[in-house]
Amino acid sequence: MARKISDTRRWGFTILAWGVALLIFFPILWTILTSFKSEADAIASPPKFLFFDWTTENYAEVQSRSPYFRHFLNSVIISVGSTLLGLLIAIPAAWSMAFQPAKRTKDLLMWMLSTKMMPAAGVLIPMYLLFRNWGLLDTRFGITVVLMLINLPIITWMLYTYFREIPSEILEAARMDGASLKNEILHVLTPMAVPGIASTLLLNVILAWNEAFWTLNLTTSQAAPLTTFIASYSSPEGLFYAKLSAASTMAIAPILILGWFSQKQLVRGLTFGAVK
Amino acid sequence: MGSITLQQVRKSFGDVEVIPGVDLEINDGEFVVFVGPSGCGKSTLLRLIAGLEDVTSGRVVIDGQDMTQAPPSRRKLAMVFQSYALYPHMSVRKNIAFPLKMAGMAADEQERRVQHAAGILNLTDYLDRRPGQLSGGQRQRVAIGRAIVREPSAFLFDEPLSNLDAALRVNMRVEISELHKKLATTMVYVTHDQVEAMTMADKIVVLRAGRVEQVGSPLELYRSPANRFVAGFIGSPNMNFIEGEAAAAMGAHAIGVRPEHFAMSTTGGQFAGTVGVAEHLGSDTFLHIELDGGIPIVARAAGEFPVGHGDRIWLTPQDGRVYRFDQQGLAL
Repeated sequence: MARKISDTRRWGFTILAWGVALLIFFPILWTILTSFKSEADAIASPPKFLFFDWTTENYAEVQSRSPYFRHFLNSVIISVGSTLLGLLIAIPAAWSMAFQPAKRTKDLLMWMLSTKMMPAAGVLIPMYLLFRNWGLLDTRFGITVVLMLINLPIITWMLYTYFREIPSEILEAARMDGASLKNEILHVLTPMAVPGIASTLLLNVILAWNEAFWTLNLTTSQAAPLTTFIASYSSPEGLFYAKLSAASTMAIAPILILGWFSQKQLVRGLTFGAVK
Repeated sequence: MGSITLQQVRKSFGDVEVIPGVDLEINDGEFVVFVGPSGCGKSTLLRLIAGLEDVTSGRVVIDGQDMTQAPPSRRKLAMVFQSYALYPHMSVRKNIAFPLKMAGMAADEQERRVQHAAGILNLTDYLDRRPGQLSGGQRQRVAIGRAIVREPSAFLFDEPLSNLDAALRVNMRVEISELHKKLATTMVYVTHDQVEAMTMADKIVVLRAGRVEQVGSPLELYRSPANRFVAGFIGSPNMNFIEGEAAAAMGAHAIGVRPEHFAMSTTGGQFAGTVGVAEHLGSDTFLHIELDGGIPIVARAAGEFPVGHGDRIWLTPQDGRVYRFDQQGLAL
């Protein structure tokens, strides 16, 4: 039986939900608003919320001062590249761990996850030196590989949980029906795993897009993605909040739009397996 | 053709021996039921025949060919799983056609066979639906359809009815039996339900802890169980066992009498007792009786039998319907 909720409580919950949502969204909203202000309005006290002279000059200024498109392209290449590379490694790995588990598979999975608990700053210097020695500093290839490695445990875990949800009886049925291993993977497993692979792909593109530690430390200009582009506006010669906001808005807009359109897959990805 | 022979088939998972060594002969066209309590190894035995598990030692011979090392796809067997195991992303048509597609059959022949199977199983109107849009009974029929289109040499059923409700189970039981009569193909059927075993089987294999306790036709097992376990497992309600003086008087450690083999009287007889619960079903009356020695007995009277809680009752086993067992539980 559905639980009865009085109208007042329902209103209370609605307001609370909107309040929390607004609170979470507020920094993004404020950034977007600030990007349309003049520098003077941006630092005005008390802050101006909606009633200021709306202007798009920050965007024009940012466009002319730095090559937005190059950074955007780098972000796309790095995030999509690292995710695809990660999937290439993680799919067979998760596959074998889900369907041919060995005695230590669980331990292996836990160990993989534990690497995520190590502070990234701890390996910054060795990584930096390796990159320098191998000539990988400020290269798209180098940073793509690093981001792939950073997110690999998450990709593998996500895919593992998805694959685990596929009942082994269905695979056995395919075997009984005369399917070879190739056909079993092609006609039965992959179609059933596609939603899971799609969610993993989306989430990891977003994670890689937003990654700011390694991208800031290992790239400067040639391979620099949008995170470096934003950071270049918080320069020592004084903060320009409006321009910084315009840069930020331009950096997060693509991923925000992507996230908006793939909400359903993402929510499924994040809560998958919680309830059967 | 569909004969299956198991020769000293053993299966261990790590240190745990599940099947200690089974010899079994399944003839072409037979309906064989593996029955036993849960954990007795009946499903494992079926999976060994299917090739979904590897035997630890022994041989699996199908149609005279040693298939012990052959993968499932080469054994020409079809299996219906407890969970149906349909492909959720395919329509009913594609599900049924899948084994044909895997065999590389021409599309028009595939369609002809799918239509034929759908006709037999009343699925013609559902061919374009996905499994998720079907009821449990329909899903089960799709699973059977997927099995019959390939014309396998034998069907393997792994508790196919246990996910269905009681009424549907009875219907499907009859449908599967009719299918067997129609196709005359070997069927190996696993269940823990002795009623399914009794009603469907040509030959029942009773298993306990991976060992074959007895093999025989349903009535052979009912009439002459080899031991106390089979006697207690076959028949519903279960056979009553009486130990002590009454058994010793008949030269046995224990005697067994089925509930339907008591003559009941309210005036006198061999065993006296008191009625606990009386279940009046109209067609039958089941009486839960406590004998004067404290032994609980279930007895069945055909039709109506007017007694109630606390009434005195006397039971007399019918002639030739008393089973005697020794200390080890073997029939004497």
